[in-house]
Amino acid sequence: MTSSPNSANSKGQSAVSQYSVAPQRQFFGNFMTGLVLFCVALALLPLASILFMVLSQGLSRLLQDFPSVFTQLPPPPLVDGGGFRNAIVGTIITSLLGALISVPVGIMAAIYTVEFGQGNRISQFVRFCTNVLSGVPSIIAGLFAYGIVVLAMGTFSATAGGVALSVLMAPIVIRTTEEGLKSIPRDVRQAIVGIGATNFQGIFSVILPAVLPFIATGVTLALARAAGETAPLLFTALFNQYDARNPLREPTATLSVLIYNYAISPFRNQNELAWAAALIVVLLILGISVISRSLTSRKVY
Amino acid sequence: MTSPPITAHQTENLIDSSQKFNPTRLVDRIFKVLSLLLALSIGFVLLWITYSLLGIAFPAIAQFNLGFLTSQAWDPVQDLYGALPQIYGTIVSSIIALLFAVPLGVGVAIFLSENFLPQKILTPIAFLVELLAAIPSVVYGMWGIFVFIPFILPVLQFIHQLFGWIPLFSTSPSTRQMFATAMVLAIMILPTIIAISRDTMVSLSPALRQGAYGLGATRWETITRVLVPAGLSGIIGSVMLALGRALGETMAAAMLIGNANRINVSLFAPASTISALIANQFGEASGLQRSALFYQALILMIITLIVNMLAEVIVSRFQQVE
Repeated sequence: MTSSPNSANSKGQSAVSQYSVAPQRQFFGNFMTGLVLFCVALALLPLASILFMVLSQGLSRLLQDFPSVFTQLPPPPLVDGGGFRNAIVGTIITSLLGALISVPVGIMAAIYTVEFGQGNRISQFVRFCTNVLSGVPSIIAGLFAYGIVVLAMGTFSATAGGVALSVLMAPIVIRTTEEGLKSIPRDVRQAIVGIGATNFQGIFSVILPAVLPFIATGVTLALARAAGETAPLLFTALFNQYDARNPLREPTATLSVLIYNYAISPFRNQNELAWAAALIVVLLILGISVISRSLTSRKVY
Repeated sequence: MTSPPITAHQTENLIDSSQKFNPTRLVDRIFKVLSLLLALSIGFVLLWITYSLLGIAFPAIAQFNLGFLTSQAWDPVQDLYGALPQIYGTIVSSIIALLFAVPLGVGVAIFLSENFLPQKILTPIAFLVELLAAIPSVVYGMWGIFVFIPFILPVLQFIHQLFGWIPLFSTSPSTRQMFATAMVLAIMILPTIIAISRDTMVSLSPALRQGAYGLGATRWETITRVLVPAGLSGIIGSVMLALGRALGETMAAAMLIGNANRINVSLFAPASTISALIANQFGEASGLQRSALFYQALILMIITLIVNMLAEVIVSRFQQVE
């Protein structure tokens, strides 16, 4: 204000940028930016290390004996080579069993909460239970399946593993299906009522086809979760050194339990196999989540 | 032949047909009831889980009662069991994990929600974070065994030499221990905190930011005084969910924590958590020991249930504000 109007005018632009932010405020900004960059570096470092180690360690073993890893059985201690054919098959079987139980239940539950319940007490209750169920520790799902399947059948089996996994998969299917159902415009529902279709006809011939991408996303996400879960399988599917002849009634090997057993084993060959199996699981999950992304982008409405 | 306008007679017919046996309506009715039953089955499964845990845990509950919670014994030979070391280990390891993960996670979430970098770079980072949330915990555990613990041990050794007079760091760092396990847990729950906090920050109304800038606030004043307080309940919700995950985490803890069934004041000594104990002992357990493990699982279930319900309440309150 004391300076002449002339000089203020000529330096107007720079004066604003000089005086608009006091030095200590500027320092605070720079300091915080630096701090956040430090956080990002610190957070991404271990995460990058995990990806790098899984890739490098896993690839080296996979390339070293390429096809045999997929075709041979797990080796006993102190024996070289070997693979995890049975574990790959077992992971697929337990995950599919889990999906077989959780997908129909999940889709129907979501249909009730969105289509029939429409925010009433029951659907609020179901949504609450879904959220609680998704927070249940995975090992408790395993103990649950042990209690209701293993004790009843008298044997560890892929069936029990599938039941344990389904408890963890159902909330994922419900949530994505609900999201899909909610995305359907009101006009479509009014049109269904308008042509005199029953709820069943409308849902099956119009709404479900439109929601299919969401359901597929939910199923793939649930499968991705199932493929990596270990704790629920420890006391349900257990492990098997050989191919399970009847997985539904016999202990079954899975990739995740194989990783656990072989990572804590003192034998180098088994450690290497664990890394290779980890790479397979991570690639499986990566592939599944990429598929699910491309599915969601294919929205109907 | 030609369709006449709707008459009263026809509407009567319609009503009639709904009262008579009509396969289409029957299917519809069955479908609705079936969906209701399956929806309720979700709640039923929750009850069933609790009931089946209770059933198998009952002998241990009858024998030890609430003294189980405060007993440090774990003696399969004399059939004496308690849960205090595991409860302590579960809670302490999760809290240490949060101490690391919350500042880091919120920092990264802020970074990803601001325009420090162009969107082209931020989107892949956000995708990477989501991918890391999907990596199985057993892989984190293996990474901990072969990479992280060998790397961090010298650092912890150094801390021990400097601060060994503090009881928390009083023992020489063991290869299987509480502190390193908690750090791996922190890395595991980071993606959860980052993903949900970022979603919260991104979904805040742009008017908040514009208003703050309009009043002359700098970027960081806007973040610390407007955006973070506005998104606080979302951030707290993400932290609670992450806490739930850390509490229930099994594999990484079972592989790294060392399974010492006693309480060590030093964080550098082996410890135990509820889920690690179950994972390690369930295979060989029978009788009262198995029952005691189910009792522990019940305790874990109650702890995580409380944490998750709190998270639910906080997050839903946030959504209502929006």
